[in-house]
Amino acid sequence: MSRPGTGFDPRSDPIMSTALFTYALRLGDDLLILSHRLGEWCGHGPVLEEDIALANRALDHIGEARNLYDYAVKVEGKGRTEDDLAYLRAERQFVNTKLVEQPNGDYAHTIVRSFLFDAYHLPLAEALTRSSDAQIAAIAAKAVKEAQYHLKHSSDWLIRFGDGTEESHRRAQEALDALWTYTGELFVQDDVHEAMVKAGIAPDLSTIKQAFDATVDRVLAEATLKRPADGYMMSGGRQGKHSEHLGFLLAEMQYLQRAYPGAEW
Amino acid sequence: MTDVTNLEERFQARIDAEQKIEPKDWMPEKYRKTLVRQISQHAHSEVVGMLPEGNWITRAPSLRRKAILLAKVQDEAGHGLYLYSACETLGVTREKTIDDLLSGKAKYSSIFNYPTLTWADIGAVGWLVDGAAIMNQVMLCRTSYGPYARAMVRICKEESFHQRQGYEIMSVLAKGTPEQKEMAQDALNRWWWPSLMMFGPSDANSPNSADSMKWKIKRQSNDELRQIFIDRTVQQAEVIGLTIPDPELKWNEATKHYDWGAIDWTEFNNVVAGNGPCNKERLAARNKAHDEGAWVREAALAYAAKKAKKQAA
Ligand SMILES: [Fe+2]
Ligand SMILES: [Fe+2]
Repeated sequence: MSRPGTGFDPRSDPIMSTALFTYALRLGDDLLILSHRLGEWCGHGPVLEEDIALANRALDHIGEARNLYDYAVKVEGKGRTEDDLAYLRAERQFVNTKLVEQPNGDYAHTIVRSFLFDAYHLPLAEALTRSSDAQIAAIAAKAVKEAQYHLKHSSDWLIRFGDGTEESHRRAQEALDALWTYTGELFVQDDVHEAMVKAGIAPDLSTIKQAFDATVDRVLAEATLKRPADGYMMSGGRQGKHSEHLGFLLAEMQYLQRAYPGAEW
Repeated sequence: MTDVTNLEERFQARIDAEQKIEPKDWMPEKYRKTLVRQISQHAHSEVVGMLPEGNWITRAPSLRRKAILLAKVQDEAGHGLYLYSACETLGVTREKTIDDLLSGKAKYSSIFNYPTLTWADIGAVGWLVDGAAIMNQVMLCRTSYGPYARAMVRICKEESFHQRQGYEIMSVLAKGTPEQKEMAQDALNRWWWPSLMMFGPSDANSPNSADSMKWKIKRQSNDELRQIFIDRTVQQAEVIGLTIPDPELKWNEATKHYDWGAIDWTEFNNVVAGNGPCNKERLAARNKAHDEGAWVREAALAYAAKKAKKQAA
């Protein structure tokens, strides 16, 4: 990645500016949707400490998402707001990965979903601190510490489950097997991403994949869990082609904004 | 007998001298029992209180509101933790305390048996329910039992943010579209009387109050706290142009307080008896979370045991 401050402003080029907008949106949508899912647990967690931990994660994710949306609307320059992005886009306009929209399931599913995301999000945030885009770099710098804590939290639980009881081991392995198919999409490097790499804004995803693999292997070994084989990998989320789950999530999330258009809250 | 009397006198002398009672100090059994009942009810209220508000986290109308509500409900979980710990200093484990909640034996604040029907209810809960709770909790910062008082000091720091965010939601709605204003007024109409009931029966009908006052667990009576709350809240409602749903509410120049209408204690007793709109749902939700979380807690214990064994070897 090139150094910040090289003088090139991607926002001055319309094609680049659209790509940067889409990229910020992708990063933001992953975080918002995951935050929403984690918020669904609030008050229903397996133990009070986890209610706190999940709310904390949800807060970190929504905080980072808001920073990214705030930047995205500036890049776009059409006067939209963070809430316009969150509440007034339809299913097909969300560009999060399918992984984060998957339902909570049991606590093993929730933990595994977060673990797989964290194992990707931490090295990504670290790399983005060196982005040529000062704003993306600043947002990432704020997120790195949080992402370290998130990965530790999800890894600790995954290890407890894997090496805990027979039941927790079985549930964790089932969750891992079920969600593995959604990991491929995290590393798909399409035209938008290529443009970001060329501009030094985003890292090559193959380097993030290496870090992801190393984390997964280390944690699964300690958890005595089996890494699923890389079979068919689901994708489409980045192009707005989601699972059926997302529509219901958005219907709930956007209800008030849709029911009372233009109202302030 | 003389010994106990003597101990009780010395205990009362310490209370009168404003000394804090600590877990290892001698205390009358009834003092301990009163505290266990009160602190555990308080802990359960924090935890059950997460449900009506959690109900709107996924539907909060803006990212800012969603984040604030998440932070607020997270605080309540923390309050539950502090209070379960305070309870443990009196020799009752958290597991036992929680079991009493789940079996329906222990009580929690009846206010949480009312439903949050619209977004304005999130405003009303913060403004009125947290607002009423603060009255009690500020008093409890000076309660005679040390661990309880210290838990309250931490809790009070967060509660004023809860009250403010609720009031802010209400004031935005009250200034908003006609539909929003109607939503806010409707929420106030539904939450006003139950909030007044949060202070408990009037002093004349409050059986445990005398001992609690003598032991300085409480320092102000239910009616005194209710009066302060009403005086303050009536003015806040005026500022944002909402009407308190009490035709008898009137400023009394002689007492320098508001007079208010009669509270419907039949409703209160009904909700306490388990017949509130959401009693069954609240208890069912807590039980479901507990049952479905059993394997998670077992796994954590099993893993910790394995790890301890490995380290010992
Ligand atoms: Fe609280
Ligand atoms: Fe509160």
